Amino acid sequence: MIGLTGVAALALSACAQSERGSDSGSGKVGGTLTFGAAGAPKLFDPFYAVDGETFRVARQMFDGLTTFKPGTAEPEGQLAEKWSSSSDGLTWTFNLRKGVKFHDGTEFNAAAVCANFDRWYNQKGAGQSDAVSQYYSDNFGAFAGQAKTSLYKSCAAKDANTAEVVLTSSTSKFPDILGLPAFSMQSPTALKQYDADNVVAEGDSFKFPAYATDHPTGTGPFKFSKYDKANNTVELVRNDDYWGEKTKLDKLVFRIIPDETARKQALQSGDIDGFDFPNAADWESLKKAGFNVQIRPAFNVLYLGIDQKNNPKLQDLKVRQALAYGINRDQLVKSQLPEGAKVASQFIPETVGGYAKDVTEYKYDADKAKALLAEAGASDLTLKFYWPSEVTRPYMPNPKDIFGAISADLQKIGVKFEVTTKPWNGGYLTDVDQHIPDLFLLGWTGDTGSADNWIGTFFGNPENRFNTASSPWGATLAADLKKADAEPDRDKRYKLYEDINKKIMGEYLPAIPISHSPPALVVKSNIKGIVPSPLTDERFATASIG
Amino acid sequence: MLRYTVRRLIQLVVVVLVLSLLVFAWLRALPGGPASALLGDRGTEESRAALSAQLGLDQPIFIQYFKFLGRAITGNFGNSTGVQPGDPVVDIFLQRFPATLELSAFAIVLAVIAGIPLGYLAAKRRGGWFDNLSVGASLIGVAVPVFFLAFLLKYLLSTKFGILPSFGRQDGAIEATRVTGFFVLDGILTQEWDAAWDAFRHLVLPAIALATIPFAVIFRITRAAVLEVLNEDYVRTAESKGLLGSVIRRRHVLRNAMLPVVTTIGLQVGALLAGAVLTEKVFAFSGVGEALALGFERRDYPLLQMFIMVAAIVYVLVNLLVDLSYALIDPRIRAR
Repeated sequence: MIGLTGVAALALSACAQSERGSDSGSGKVGGTLTFGAAGAPKLFDPFYAVDGETFRVARQMFDGLTTFKPGTAEPEGQLAEKWSSSSDGLTWTFNLRKGVKFHDGTEFNAAAVCANFDRWYNQKGAGQSDAVSQYYSDNFGAFAGQAKTSLYKSCAAKDANTAEVVLTSSTSKFPDILGLPAFSMQSPTALKQYDADNVVAEGDSFKFPAYATDHPTGTGPFKFSKYDKANNTVELVRNDDYWGEKTKLDKLVFRIIPDETARKQALQSGDIDGFDFPNAADWESLKKAGFNVQIRPAFNVLYLGIDQKNNPKLQDLKVRQALAYGINRDQLVKSQLPEGAKVASQFIPETVGGYAKDVTEYKYDADKAKALLAEAGASDLTLKFYWPSEVTRPYMPNPKDIFGAISADLQKIGVKFEVTTKPWNGGYLTDVDQHIPDLFLLGWTGDTGSADNWIGTFFGNPENRFNTASSPWGATLAADLKKADAEPDRDKRYKLYEDINKKIMGEYLPAIPISHSPPALVVKSNIKGIVPSPLTDERFATASIG
Repeated sequence: MLRYTVRRLIQLVVVVLVLSLLVFAWLRALPGGPASALLGDRGTEESRAALSAQLGLDQPIFIQYFKFLGRAITGNFGNSTGVQPGDPVVDIFLQRFPATLELSAFAIVLAVIAGIPLGYLAAKRRGGWFDNLSVGASLIGVAVPVFFLAFLLKYLLSTKFGILPSFGRQDGAIEATRVTGFFVLDGILTQEWDAAWDAFRHLVLPAIALATIPFAVIFRITRAAVLEVLNEDYVRTAESKGLLGSVIRRRHVLRNAMLPVVTTIGLQVGALLAGAVLTEKVFAFSGVGEALALGFERRDYPLLQMFIMVAAIVYVLVNLLVDLSYALIDPRIRAR
């Protein structure tokens, strides 16, 4: 084998030539920031992505019409300097920033905005698959030519710097979702040149066009340089023509290190400058070693799902309340979750508009729980309890321990369990969706600060994981959520959501919110200027190496 | 010899076919399934059903298998869904194979150049302190799990003293030209010496971690084989007829002792593939082993399908090479 390699090498040496430019070397003016990633980005066209690894890279290269104020989930203008909507919430006028160019020199203007909206709406074939353009399906509902109504109706360039987008219904998601990486503004010229929409379903997977793999073209502070797959490295370089404040960094490098311990050691040995989602158990030791553990505001929820489908006892509010009283959530948060985690009083965190201050609270009370069970004639309750293996989520850093704590509490009030554990992607999610368990652990990380993104996702359709359709209020809740989402006036909308949250916690209790738990990222102490975001929407352009 | 080789190659084809069916069926018997893996957290029952229909995953398994075979014959094994999503798995394999080969070659060379001489010396000084010490060391080599050794090596040589890099194949800041995919070789060919040196430095720790077990095994087999040969009559005869010690060692002892050692090396090359899965993952060394580990974690069906099959083929081929090399070492087999 080695001999063969040698022969091949000799043969190759004739044609092997360095491709280095004459001024090679790593320019050290502003330096290179190297960040450890857990996985390879799926591609570089964020419209076709659902995963954090892809979005993290895309955020640095692309801008949206709107973005989020650093460190919050509140929308603010980015490529749109300002916007306004008609009183019915259907017509949105965006006043665009002038003098912005895409990385390929194409001018950013109203026509480019409409080209992007039309591109999303007009996806064909495999491009419409949920596995490919899930963010669009989730937020806009349907593509051109489908039977369902799409949220998007039309886009028109009123003049070069004014785009008018018309929707088919009013929704609280707008314009927040335009700050999501999936809806970034991409160069219409490059999209066309590199065949961006040509996604093909092939065997049991998808194949993406050259645009998505090699030529992502946005307006952002960094430009795509290369993806060295042999060395698992994605390299971005500074965009010297950026419209806003230019980044001090010369290069931003993402190195893919799938193993968590390996990421930590790479940081400790100085091979990388930071990485995402350090294990909460390591926060203390990393801080002690002088690293900067940046804790994000918690923007997620862990809940104990209750499926009413198979066990009629679970359709009784008293039984569900008994389960809520029976879990010592204070203790669970203290012992199982990282610093900064809080007990969830409802399904949205405080920072989401519509959060209700005075909801029914379920302080730990085992006696009350037992009494409620007895009252409901459910003292001999046996439930199928599922928990997931092979997974950690920001809201659920250690599913096994969390399951252990909850099941121990509930056994104390006399509930018996048939326990099943399955790998997250190896049967857990599918079993939950097929209504096999009675109780399950699940959660959500918010995309935006609109309550619809949370409780609308959970309960907006009565045919959900909790099977709220089994209860008479299931349909009412869904209708109320739709009504609240469609209310264009912000204050009125918040009031509607507050009322819904009170009802969810007091009268419905379709599941039991457990906790909000903050994820962190860690960087070397000399890296300044990264603002931890609840949406994991960190922009490295503001970073500098001290 | 030729007939033998041809028969073994036909065997190989059968093995591959049976294996492809087994792997295909086994992967699909795992709970979850490709649609679930593709859609992840945000998938719903409806979206999974729609996707299954779109990709033909709702068809009977043998139809899926024949479609897969049909594509596979044309060299299309599908695209990765979890490790490097969207890339053809064949490309991923070709791009990652040099990494694994480079690492394994380096590791096996380390194991051989340390294992054989030490084994020989230990046998010559049987029962002495050197023998006892090296037998003890080899026991530890077999017993300590790779990930722990890797952790220790990294802690000492990267974190603590910063002598060697802790992960990867090359520093991200180095502008290296890629020719063969063997980074050290590429650096030499293109005369980018810094790139070659950096790639070499990245090889050291994972290669040591990977070489431990093969080293220990080769050492012990060599020692045992040499001990046995030293007791053979023909060695005593050679000694008594006054042959030079160096001639006895070279022509009679080492040569005869090498037969079991070569078998062992062959088997160890196969075992290296298994070791590479762990080592590459721990060192984020972007080779085939890391892709296999990640592919399983992320339920990357197309990738697992192809990689497991290729790993099996390589294993069978290596064993074939070992059998053939017997003939070269042992003239009695050649004569047959």
